[in-house]
Amino acid sequence: MNNATPALLEAQHITRRLPEGVTLVQDASLKVERGEFIAITGPSGSGKSSLLYLLGLLDRPTEGRVLLEGRDTASLSTAELANLRLARLGFVFQFHFLLPEFSTLDNVLIPIRRLGRLKDSAARTQAMKLLEALGMAEAARKLPEQLSGGMRQRAAIARALANDPAIILADEPTGNLDTRNAAAVFDIFARLAAEEGRAILVVTHDAELAKRANRRIHLVDGRIVSDSRAG
Amino acid sequence: MSLIFDLARGMLSRRRRQTLVSVMGVALGVAFFIAIASLMRGFQTYFIEQVIDVQPHIIVKDETRRPLPQAVEIAHPEGAVALSGVKPTERVRGIRNAAEKIAILEGIPGVFSSPILTGQALLRYGSRDVSVSITGIEPARYRRVSNLEKDLFQGRMEDLRSTANGLIIGIGLAQKLGVVLGDSIIAVSPKGVSLQMKIVGIFRTGLTTLDNQAGYTLLKVNQILQDRPNVVNQILLRLDDVTGAEPLARQIEARFGDRSESWEEQNRNVLTVFVIQNAIMYSVTGAILLVAAFGIYNIISTVVFEKTRDIAILKSLGFTEGDIQWLFLLQGMIAGLLGAVLGCVLGQIMIEGLAQIRFQTETPAGNDRFLLAHDWRIFAVASFFAILAASIAAVVPARRAARLDPVQTIRGAA
Repeated sequence: MNNATPALLEAQHITRRLPEGVTLVQDASLKVERGEFIAITGPSGSGKSSLLYLLGLLDRPTEGRVLLEGRDTASLSTAELANLRLARLGFVFQFHFLLPEFSTLDNVLIPIRRLGRLKDSAARTQAMKLLEALGMAEAARKLPEQLSGGMRQRAAIARALANDPAIILADEPTGNLDTRNAAAVFDIFARLAAEEGRAILVVTHDAELAKRANRRIHLVDGRIVSDSRAG
Repeated sequence: MSLIFDLARGMLSRRRRQTLVSVMGVALGVAFFIAIASLMRGFQTYFIEQVIDVQPHIIVKDETRRPLPQAVEIAHPEGAVALSGVKPTERVRGIRNAAEKIAILEGIPGVFSSPILTGQALLRYGSRDVSVSITGIEPARYRRVSNLEKDLFQGRMEDLRSTANGLIIGIGLAQKLGVVLGDSIIAVSPKGVSLQMKIVGIFRTGLTTLDNQAGYTLLKVNQILQDRPNVVNQILLRLDDVTGAEPLARQIEARFGDRSESWEEQNRNVLTVFVIQNAIMYSVTGAILLVAAFGIYNIISTVVFEKTRDIAILKSLGFTEGDIQWLFLLQGMIAGLLGAVLGCVLGQIMIEGLAQIRFQTETPAGNDRFLLAHDWRIFAVASFFAILAASIAAVVPARRAARLDPVQTIRGAA
């Protein structure tokens, strides 16, 4: 690997311990490159979600450090981390977490407007383009409660993509979906990695779906026990 | 900024009924404040206007604030000299060099002055005796410093000049004596001078003491009656700018040495009552707004509690703690603003309602209704404090929202 270009995202010996003494993640190290589609698997309670939150700058490690595009994030303030999340990262959770009072389009517009790089009309065009790419053009004006589960999750993915992030972090994104919709979500992720060069990190306990990723990280008791690339 | 506003509006709209109740709480506080403040301000303004209207703005008197210093005290200002049993010299009371002082006072722009001589007298008509206070005036000057002319409802001020020993008295006095315009009565002064006088005018001010006990005649006539030739014992001043009365009075006193009282000094006791009145009003409405603030606190707390997930997702999307705090603070402010607007409308309705009320009894001033101030500043003050109270009430839940850990929430939801 060329040292001149740092990894997109890198964890160096990170450990996350709760004040009560419980260790969620133990001495985990990994590098994430552009275009990688990574599945993080492991039994429940193995710390896969905790690892994802640490990599997603939602949580801070008690030991070790996380580097985003070569930049050490340990010294950054909470507000600076928030701005990094806004501009460079996209999140998808098990629950869609769409704001119920706002239409699908407005939900996708929230991060774009918060970042404030695009004018109103350009922001709307961008949001509509994302929804169209996910086959959600017709649902743009609808409220989340008027959508099916699969559509909601696709809307959440559109929102995660709103600011053209380098990395998508998904925590059990298919946990509430049927097999068909779950497969569709993984198709989207595969496409985002392969065609758009984004790094995708997905926490899942579904072994079948995990096989579709091109790299699999397996956790047991907070430790990375295997890190394999699909050939 | 507009994004946070949109989010705030969206979140509040979800809890429409509860929001409305909190908004109503603020609105009632604002409305009561406006109604009570208008009522009080209206009365106070009316009262002050009456005072300013009826009384001269400054009275220069033939007294000094402190007893005149004795020669020995002037000679030894720092000395340990005590004098007791001083027998004051008999001196002619009255303002010295009155004509000169008037000329100086008239030189000040916006100031009108009038010398008068006041004194007691007994009016005798038939078998009735009434003690009155007689003011000797120069009609041409006096009409510029007082409303006597306006209050005259029978006779004219000029008749004082054209009639020998003309006298203008109050309506109450006329009724007590049983005299009408044109009647002749006897006036007897404490000095024993007795004059036959003719009623040339009757006035009504609405102030009982004045209407029952005051009489006006020419300055010259009163000087004869009081046996104080050429003496003036007060100079009345009226100013174009009433707010300048107090400083001007101080200047006059410093220059002439004569005790000068502004209308504020003469009515200090009443004005102090107003201050207390206002304090009571502010504390009562403050209490109402405090209760309303708890309503706001309640609704914002509820929204924060219900919106834990939304807060978590917004934070994970990249909203800072400041954004989140602002988001909920803004909701409090919106509720406060709505309450203020609604309260202003309600307050205006209450004012209109109060203005419709008529009293059966006629007050001396001739009023049978509430005196209401129509002052936009009352609305502004009420609105300002409502929004301020609502914002302060929202601070605590907003801070709690800002500090929520998104990881905890997302983990809990899964």
